[in-house]
Amino acid sequence: MATQHSRSAARLMLAPAVVLLLGWMLVPLTMTLYFSFKKYLPLRGDTISGGLDWVGFENYSRFIGSSAFWPSVQATLLIVGSVLVITLVLGVLLALLLDQPMWGQGIVRILVISPFFVMPTVSALVWKNMFMDPVNGILAHLWNFFGAEPVQWLSQASMESIILIVSWQWLPFATLILLTAIQSLDSEQLEASEMDGAPILKRFWFIILPHMSRAMAVVILIQTIFLLSIFAEIFVTTGGAFGTKTLTYLIFQRVLESQNIGLGSAGGVYAIILANIVAIFLMRIVGKNLDK
Amino acid sequence: MARNVTTGRKTINTLASWSIGLLIFFPILWTILTSFKTEAQAISDPPLFLFFDWTLENYTVVQERSNYMRFLWNSVIIAGGSTILGIIIAVPAAWSMAFVPSKRTKDILLWMLSTKMLPAVGVLYPMYLLFIKMGLLDTRIGLVIVLMLINMPIIVWMLYTYFREIPGEILEASRMDGASLRDEIIYVLTPMALPGIASTLLLNFILAWNEAFWTLNLTAVNAAPLTAFIASYSSPEGLFFAKLSAASTMAIAPILLLGWFSQKQLVRGLTFGAVK
Repeated sequence: MATQHSRSAARLMLAPAVVLLLGWMLVPLTMTLYFSFKKYLPLRGDTISGGLDWVGFENYSRFIGSSAFWPSVQATLLIVGSVLVITLVLGVLLALLLDQPMWGQGIVRILVISPFFVMPTVSALVWKNMFMDPVNGILAHLWNFFGAEPVQWLSQASMESIILIVSWQWLPFATLILLTAIQSLDSEQLEASEMDGAPILKRFWFIILPHMSRAMAVVILIQTIFLLSIFAEIFVTTGGAFGTKTLTYLIFQRVLESQNIGLGSAGGVYAIILANIVAIFLMRIVGKNLDK
Repeated sequence: MARNVTTGRKTINTLASWSIGLLIFFPILWTILTSFKTEAQAISDPPLFLFFDWTLENYTVVQERSNYMRFLWNSVIIAGGSTILGIIIAVPAAWSMAFVPSKRTKDILLWMLSTKMLPAVGVLYPMYLLFIKMGLLDTRIGLVIVLMLINMPIIVWMLYTYFREIPGEILEASRMDGASLRDEIIYVLTPMALPGIASTLLLNFILAWNEAFWTLNLTAVNAAPLTAFIASYSSPEGLFFAKLSAASTMAIAPILLLGWFSQKQLVRGLTFGAVK
């Protein structure tokens, strides 16, 4: 049906979006790659117009060799891993519960999804001050009420606190997607198994869970992409102190705080490689969907 | 289908769901309540829940002290501008991929998605440098462009999945009637695609409103939106719970309302059509 005329028109219509995204991807990326092989310390007088020294892979080996690197990778993995486990497990349970018949389902859905719409700087600040403040926070009041010593959340349990805040932000997302998946389950299949007398756990394990597997994979991949680069939550709460410096935050500090552009760019390349490994898996799942 | 459940079980479901729902919502509820307290009441132990002297004072103080309206305006312009600009560029692209697919359409779509995976911090300094060179640092137009590019893949994808649901026969019929490509888009396609475009607009407005990497790193004073306004309260001198709550409530209230309307589209938009 598509004539030659409409084909070339279609290409023309596609062009602006493709060109813009291509530029957005290539220009800064090329610059990052370029800087990663250079010695570039603007505060010590290095300028691009004055010429930068080529240092080969020195930035790459220095970034990996620095004492902050492995702890930052560990912190990143710990946050991503914990938040994934928490949001998936609670998300499945919550989705199963919300799928049950009840009064006021629509309102409960709204209550549960709300944290997702709160901007990261607000949720980090509200948790930091109104909940985790060791003197005036709600949690401190709660601890006092039970006669316990209030916890210095963001210094003594910094990692747990950040994981709590980020999980609170992402649980709604996981729940909503898993709930959508459950609701698309063919109810006849479920009823048939119910009549065959399959116990609840078996029904969950052999019918509901396999049905959700794709949605779970999508949740894992999308959350991983976003969680690898969380920034505001750490920027506002600990500022990277107390063992919460993630890879993203480490690179941010190298680039903007110590102004070591070469080193930071090498770190950026590592972060891009890491994100791409995750992205490849996500694309496979989404790509399969396109063939239908 | 009608699953038969006893009233007893339904009551238990309701109680359990509402308790968990309220627990998850509590931090937001608490922030809104605290914004109407005096500073002394805000930190009282035991905490005051509903029985305190309701006051609007915090809102006026926050507005006067930090000029909330200017940040709000920046947020509206940046989120709105980037979304509208993104849609103007994405509609033709999504249209052409949905109705005149070629062998490369799938690859192009996946490639667009892949640009979304680029970690922002990896290109922080180049962007910083480019912004200085082009005089875009701390300008609203600069952020409009960056957020437009960041959300472009989601916009194209959402529109693409909506457009694909429009039956091609209708387009063919209009073509038989001699409609030009332009007529086809304006009179046939757009009205049918309007609900999809509206959802795309809404979700991407929310995402742009809450974006907190580029808005924090590429603005200082003039173009700072609400994300930066709130971040300025993280310094110790800003530590007044009631005022912090009022500022937070003002920053999230508009988007929370929009979010409640768009929750169904959220799934589709953020999973790139993989879960519907």
